[in-house]
Amino acid sequence: MAETNGHNEGNPVTTGAPSAGSNGGGNGGGSKLTALMADAKAVQARAVEEMRETIKAPEKTDVWKSILRVKHDDTPRSRALGVLSNVFLHLHPAKINRDAVAYNFTWGMGGMTFYVYITLVFTGTLLMFYYHPSKVVAFRDILYLESDVPFGKLLRNMHRWGAHLMVIMVELHMFRVFLTGSYKKPREFNWVVGVLLLVLTLLLSFTGYLLPDDQLGFWAVTVGTNMARATPLLGHDGPFGAVMGMTPFNDVRFGLLGGSIVDSNALLRAYIWHCVAIPILASAFMVVHFWRVRKDGGISGPAPMMLESEIKEPKKL
Amino acid sequence: MANPTNEPAGTAAPQPKSKPSLIDAIKGIFSNKEDPDEARTVARRRRFVMAAVLGSLGVNLLMFLRFFFPRALYEPKTQFRIGYPSDFGFGVDTKFQNQYRIWVVRNTEGLFVISAICTHLGCTPDWKPSENKFKCPCHGSGYDPEGVNFEGPAPRPMDRAHVEIDPEGQIVVDLSRRYMWPKGERSQFNDDGAILRV
Repeated sequence: MAETNGHNEGNPVTTGAPSAGSNGGGNGGGSKLTALMADAKAVQARAVEEMRETIKAPEKTDVWKSILRVKHDDTPRSRALGVLSNVFLHLHPAKINRDAVAYNFTWGMGGMTFYVYITLVFTGTLLMFYYHPSKVVAFRDILYLESDVPFGKLLRNMHRWGAHLMVIMVELHMFRVFLTGSYKKPREFNWVVGVLLLVLTLLLSFTGYLLPDDQLGFWAVTVGTNMARATPLLGHDGPFGAVMGMTPFNDVRFGLLGGSIVDSNALLRAYIWHCVAIPILASAFMVVHFWRVRKDGGISGPAPMMLESEIKEPKKL
Repeated sequence: MANPTNEPAGTAAPQPKSKPSLIDAIKGIFSNKEDPDEARTVARRRRFVMAAVLGSLGVNLLMFLRFFFPRALYEPKTQFRIGYPSDFGFGVDTKFQNQYRIWVVRNTEGLFVISAICTHLGCTPDWKPSENKFKCPCHGSGYDPEGVNFEGPAPRPMDRAHVEIDPEGQIVVDLSRRYMWPKGERSQFNDDGAILRV
């Protein structure tokens, strides 16, 4: 600690001395030892003093300054800088219109959706420690998680209900944005990004459906991917599918399932889309979505309003 | 490039009128003729490099897409033997439903094999002996004992599989050769191979 916080300049401790002294025999060894002890005492006293200073004012140490960089005075400028220069907070605006963040205006749905997404990523990653995406053991792993893994049932249910909640919240968020007209200029692009995020959320739900490998998910995915048969041009039962040379073994459904039936390939593909590819895509779109909220002028809302009690007397010159 | 007024004064080399076409760019690069206009040469090179980069990315995208279509499948066989015609009595036999996803049906005309896939969205209907019908648990399509739809969203009767007798006298079923009866079209259920008249 004494070394790192930079208070002990110009007081080097000579560690080489003791070994040299002990080799030199008995002559003068006693006085050297005394001097060394005195030195050590001084260093110790200094270290204690350093420690005391560090505890009293940690913000003055070099470690503190290297991490936080900005001097934290209680001024509006300093507070704004604290937000702007922090990687986790820099998406926040330095200042915001109070009426724009009122819960009865935003419903808080965007932020809560993001919170649920973080929860899902966390619980999902933990579930991955016990789940094998294989036809033989997938359902067994679910039973194992439900019955025997410590907190497994809690994790699985958090993930399951969180997924339902996320879909509901995304839709409520979209509904709010629609009701408040927040999709209008200049926010049209962000609305489109939001629609893509809705689609990705639904795809996450759909791919996660198959993973327990139970009857419900299996038949749901059978039905869902059979709809892909009817894709125009790309599905073998769809319009112009036959003209394009589509069969059950080369159409879009085959590409989704990795086969002509919902089997082990389909399970593995659903797992990879669910756990890797779609979360990465969704995260990337979320970054753009949040960034655009700021760049398009913050949360949409009524013009800034001032309470009567806040109106200041105009300065007299 | 698009807005020449942004160029700082004094650097105003004559700009090429427009981007050279890709063909021009390639021609220019592989010809020995020196172009006196250096800006044009640079623009041509840039266009060529950009086309090469985008082209290789495009090829990579095609490879990426092709990757998702496997060449070999480890799926259940579509051709198999199910025994002798005398093994099957009058009516619907469900003993191969779990193994091969088929029902063997014998009626007054003969013996045929129904593929146990609902023509609505591909679930497996249940045979309900007490109601004398097939009923799909997903969306409620109902089929009579010959697999012909009469209720629910199913658009057509269930498909039938090719059947034939092998030299041993056993029935060979081929699920990859299907006989259908699409709505408003000719029934293929009486074609050769769709039914064994035994």
